[in-house]
Amino acid sequence: MRLEPIAAPSHARTLVPPAIAIAATIAVAGLLAALAGANPLQTFGLIVKGAFGSKFAALETLNRATPLVFTGLAVAVAFRARLWNIGAEAQLYAGALMTVLIGTQLGLPGPLAIPLMALGAVMAGALVLLGPVLLKTRLGVDEVVTTLLLNFVMALFISYLLEGPLKDPMGMGWPKSPSLPRDARLPRIVDGLRLHWGFGLALICAAGVWLIQTRTTLGYEIRAVGANPQAARFAGIPVTRVLVKTALLSGGLAALAGFSEVAGLKGNLTTDLSASFGYTGIVVAMLALLHPMGVVISALFVAGIFVGADSMSRAAQVPTYIADLLLACALLFMVLAILLTRFRVVRG
Amino acid sequence: MPPETTAQGPVLRLSGITKRFGQLTANDGISLSLARGEVVALLGENGAGKTTLMNILFGHYTADAGTVEVMGQTLPPGQPGAALNAGVGMVHQHFTLADNLTVLDNVLLGTRPLLSLSPGRGAARRKLAQLAQDFGLAVDPDARIAALSVGERQRVEILKALFRDARILILDEPTAVLTPQEADALFDTLRRMLAQGLSVIFISHKLHEVMAISSRVLVLRHGKLVGETATDATDRHQLATMMVGAEITAPAPAEARPGETLLKLDNVSTARQGNRPGLQDVALDLRAGQILGLAGVSGNGQGALADLLSGLESPTQGTLTLADKRPDAWSPRTAVALGIGRIPEDRHKTGTIADFTLTENTVLENYATTARGGWMNWRAARTATDAIIDKYDVRCPGPDTRIRLLSGGNMQKLILGRVLEAAPRIILANQPVRGLDIGAVTYVQEQLIAARDAGAAVLLISEDLDEILTLSDSIRVISEGRLSPEFPRGTKTPTELGQWMAGQGFDHAA
Repeated sequence: MRLEPIAAPSHARTLVPPAIAIAATIAVAGLLAALAGANPLQTFGLIVKGAFGSKFAALETLNRATPLVFTGLAVAVAFRARLWNIGAEAQLYAGALMTVLIGTQLGLPGPLAIPLMALGAVMAGALVLLGPVLLKTRLGVDEVVTTLLLNFVMALFISYLLEGPLKDPMGMGWPKSPSLPRDARLPRIVDGLRLHWGFGLALICAAGVWLIQTRTTLGYEIRAVGANPQAARFAGIPVTRVLVKTALLSGGLAALAGFSEVAGLKGNLTTDLSASFGYTGIVVAMLALLHPMGVVISALFVAGIFVGADSMSRAAQVPTYIADLLLACALLFMVLAILLTRFRVVRG
Repeated sequence: MPPETTAQGPVLRLSGITKRFGQLTANDGISLSLARGEVVALLGENGAGKTTLMNILFGHYTADAGTVEVMGQTLPPGQPGAALNAGVGMVHQHFTLADNLTVLDNVLLGTRPLLSLSPGRGAARRKLAQLAQDFGLAVDPDARIAALSVGERQRVEILKALFRDARILILDEPTAVLTPQEADALFDTLRRMLAQGLSVIFISHKLHEVMAISSRVLVLRHGKLVGETATDATDRHQLATMMVGAEITAPAPAEARPGETLLKLDNVSTARQGNRPGLQDVALDLRAGQILGLAGVSGNGQGALADLLSGLESPTQGTLTLADKRPDAWSPRTAVALGIGRIPEDRHKTGTIADFTLTENTVLENYATTARGGWMNWRAARTATDAIIDKYDVRCPGPDTRIRLLSGGNMQKLILGRVLEAAPRIILANQPVRGLDIGAVTYVQEQLIAARDAGAAVLLISEDLDEILTLSDSIRVISEGRLSPEFPRGTKTPTELGQWMAGQGFDHAA
């Protein structure tokens, strides 16, 4: 058996496999729900209702999607250049740390502090990815390994800070940082609704990344380096410099997730600030086929499943693990389906 | 060996072989029979279906229809071992030898069980020596493959097949990597094999070789058998017409009028990269209005020279001068900016980005110069692409098509347009027509001649000596990173050039 590329796929070719993938995801997840002793249809109904069924639920989903848009964009940007950034988690924490440092230590007024916090976060995240990319371009060190391992380094470093120098004296012994002053928090988009401007910033970033990729020379260079580094180098594209720029952009985007979580939602830094948003960003980006606008939709989908599953589990006694399974199935089936829209399987 | 009783019928018969890959019919009902002691030439352009047919014979592919019979026995489809056991040997264009093993080990490889207490090396050594003597394939059985020349490696490949008692030998483009002298030696070997009753299928697109060695010719075109004739009853012109499906005329460039030197290399050396030799103390002048042909056996430093002129590599020693100036930082972008147009050797891997559209590929080298403050100028890119599609007759659904959907010829026309529209003073054409069908070959060659007539300095790198002889106003030969003196058009015969290609003459010249 082998795969044969399809020159010009028909509409049916491009639509049917993804539809089957969705159906298969639902079927598998339904089977698992049934195994857990629940009615599959009811379970799905509860998930959808829990994610989008009320104003409160929908806002919760949007809040949950916000960091995923940032990390999803970070991964999408890097993967487009074939820079395998698995370290969005570390970059997120670097951003969160810088946000807290600037917000609590400098004593600046809010209107000045917030932009400075965002800028500092971006630079910190970019810096965290700069090391691995320089090791890659100079010495050929595999960035999958370095970025992945930096996640643990960063987690332990944050843990050390929160137990030590950055520990909140008013925190009653909990390992958490001091809280940002009121005026250094991101305002809500609409008064009275629990949705902060981090979500707005995420949408702006998605549009910005899309503009960069389609309209600017940098975006063109990033795509060229990712699609064929040898041809890019031959044509005169400075491959190393493009990879470094990509890393700065990607690390900065991931760090904004940390900034937005701290300044928009939590107000302080804890070791559980991120619910694996950095890793989930990879799923978000892959489901979106690395398209920046697709990242927004896919982040909403993923966030909806998590939020919906939480609420469903309270109502139907099905473990929340079903959210992870749903996502895993969705990703596997969708990747396979996308492959089948472009290739056909032939024997011999 | 005693004549076999089965020798009455053909030793090999392919009947009605059909193979489709998606929309493409690579082989369309092809039948072929091979008699004992006969050389059948399989002639066709790249992509005509020769290699597919041989892969089916060997069981690498399963045919959609048709059968393969060896010595009257039908081979089971899809089993590579079956053809080998039935006595068919194949010498691939790209050798399948283990570089770090000796000749004897390579020959033995795969003929013995993995865990055997008596490897029988003594008997094998005697058999190998006997074969080498019988067929004129002298090679040291204890030499490592890595230390052998290309011609010697080919002998090992042939010995490998003979050692397995092959009665039918398939040679896929065997002379592509040989000097003319080595090719003659190969033909002597083949004649000895015929005298011993072996049969040969000789795959080639070089007409004079086909005329020299074969007794029958089969011509393939677009997967169909378009002609079968005794070699005596035909001539090169007729075969060429059959192969292409139309009358062809080789380009005949007018007298060159060389002008000033545009690019000069003095005592230039470059680093060796793996198996690829670097340049060694090379001096080179590229003059306006002249095509300089670089002849040589593949892998003798052509790549190093091409990379140097493309800007990918810098000299480790010596100087590169462009129009009386020495560029300080040498990079692909500098090379393009200083007027070097580059047609790379591999248009799929180096020349284009497969998943980019035609437009995106067109601006690969100049997107930065048309950009405004970091924003791509897609309108200019689109206009330039439309112009190239129009002027260079690039057959495509449109400028937004991904370039991977284009044929090699149309891809090369786009690259040619990209290079020539920048009005380069110097053109580096590295294997510009390899793998193209003859229509595209003629087109590309005519464009290069036109660029020369317009005053460009052209460096033509090719492994095809005929191409070099046809197009070049002056020829230099490269061997192990060294360059021969310049030979003006018509001053050297192919045989004499072959001696230089084999590395003779350099010591006297130096």
